[in-house]
Amino acid sequence: MENSRGSNSSLITIVAVAVVLNILFFVFKLWPPFWWAGLFANFFLIVLFAQEVESFLPKRHETIYKRTLAFGFPVLLLVACELIISAGFLNARWFPPPSKVASALWTLTVSYDKFNETSLLGRPWLIPSKFSLEGWTGVRSLFAESHVWATLSRVFLGFLIGAIPGILLGIVMGLNKTVRTMLDTTMSAIYVLPKIAIFPLMMLIFPDPFGEGPKIAVVAISAFFLVAISTTAGVRDIDKIYLQAGRNFGANRLQMFRHVVVPAALPIIFAGLRLALGTALIVIVAVEFVRAQTGVGFIIFYSWQVLSTEQMYAGLFVVMILGVLLTYGIQWLERKLLPWRNE
Amino acid sequence: MTKIIPRITAKNVSKIFDSKDGPVTALKDFNLDIQEGEFVAIVGPSGCGKSTFLRLLAGIETISSGELNIHPGDDPSKPLQNVVFQEYAIFPWKSVIDNVAFGLQMRGYNKKERYAIANEWLARVGLKNFANYYPSQLSGGMKQRVSIIRALANDPDVLLMDEPLGALDAQTRAVLQEELIRIWEANRKTVVYITHSLDEAILLGDKVVIMTAHPGTIKHVFDVPIERPRSIETTKTKAFIDLSKQIWDALKDEVSKAMQEQK
Repeated sequence: MENSRGSNSSLITIVAVAVVLNILFFVFKLWPPFWWAGLFANFFLIVLFAQEVESFLPKRHETIYKRTLAFGFPVLLLVACELIISAGFLNARWFPPPSKVASALWTLTVSYDKFNETSLLGRPWLIPSKFSLEGWTGVRSLFAESHVWATLSRVFLGFLIGAIPGILLGIVMGLNKTVRTMLDTTMSAIYVLPKIAIFPLMMLIFPDPFGEGPKIAVVAISAFFLVAISTTAGVRDIDKIYLQAGRNFGANRLQMFRHVVVPAALPIIFAGLRLALGTALIVIVAVEFVRAQTGVGFIIFYSWQVLSTEQMYAGLFVVMILGVLLTYGIQWLERKLLPWRNE
Repeated sequence: MTKIIPRITAKNVSKIFDSKDGPVTALKDFNLDIQEGEFVAIVGPSGCGKSTFLRLLAGIETISSGELNIHPGDDPSKPLQNVVFQEYAIFPWKSVIDNVAFGLQMRGYNKKERYAIANEWLARVGLKNFANYYPSQLSGGMKQRVSIIRALANDPDVLLMDEPLGALDAQTRAVLQEELIRIWEANRKTVVYITHSLDEAILLGDKVVIMTAHPGTIKHVFDVPIERPRSIETTKTKAFIDLSKQIWDALKDEVSKAMQEQK
């Protein structure tokens, strides 16, 4: 079908320019001195190409197009890295090619560290056989050996322990001017304190300084202040007319909370929860650097100590995957709990 | 014969707001009796305190001095008053039917009972097919219908309406005026209706109360002897035009005085 907005010829032109440009760069050995210009020109051409494709794409294919861009571009970047590093433009010792990182990640996933009694995921493929041999104890022992599970359980526990009181205090501060005025300055002061800085204090307070307690506590504290501050803002932002309407129709204090205050503040509470979950992951990785025998942060730091760069990158990659999954999870929850915001 | 007690009595009601620039008198020596089943429309320029009077009745603000009472009806389980707010104020997080059933839910009706009543009202204003929609999916006119029947479904002794059609375009407003007339003529609830449109006040009201500003007080009270049932066509009748002119004549001096003050 004929379409006036885009054309095949302009697409061919862009591809041709890209090919010629890269051949010229290659033949005249322009890459080493002018790598930045080469990267910029290629990036520019890719953007042009994508926009040209979009201009004659029917609206119903928009989702596929966006996914292709969002996931295709990082893949392209990885391929570019692979080529640049294997061509020797970057020192492979500090910047291992993505293929090496992938194989390190694979080794990390399938192998079991007999000395530390740990593995990356907890070898989930062993669950059926372990279950038939030892029952739930066997399954639990698999979870216990997993670095990812160690990190995730610290994040989840700390997040829950911090976020729930954070929401409650935030609601009280949002509704009560006296409490808010009393606490606001203190809260802001503690909020900016890097939470990793109170980790030594937590180790002093807890009877087992090297156990899970101080780690979870640090995560909980960082989640608490973020959630409390954003919930306060969310509750204060509620349009007064909703509170008046709720009271006018006879809602008592508890009904006001359940039917008016909480749902009205929920969008901003969720923005706070999303931030807090990300922060929880950041904090726990830092804590695991300092004092842990398990966890993804431990893998990264340990890999640095034994100078296993590929494995270090693999650990960083796992953290990124966890971050993406956690964000998707909380966005899913938000869509479930706030159906009125999906259009 | 026993003396009939008015549904609403206001005796020398004053309201003084405390602001950073000192006290501001919003309402001064306000006297008004409203009978059971009466539709009273209060008209006045913005800032004349008409909304303040309604918010005092609704219990959102408290009076500074005087006496203001709504006398409860025979059925003690009925709520005393409910408000139809200016900016709809229906809850965006509740579906249309849950908004309409909100008051009943707060009073402990179970889901079946309150949905039955809410569905009846939704059908009456042509929103039956929108029961499970969220307010963000509705037009302004539909939202205000929801807001109005949310109050009606709760069946209060007195209905307080604060410029309910103020934010709507002219056509939607005319349609909703007719709907309001139809609904009110069917159940004759006591209504206090705030508006800035004199025509709307005459069209809807049994009584039109004219207020002036600085300080907010009653200037005139006119009876509207135009017979019911009324409709938008009523605005074209001689009786309507005559009354409208009569009220304008009475207000002329007041309006020009206000204009002078504003200069």
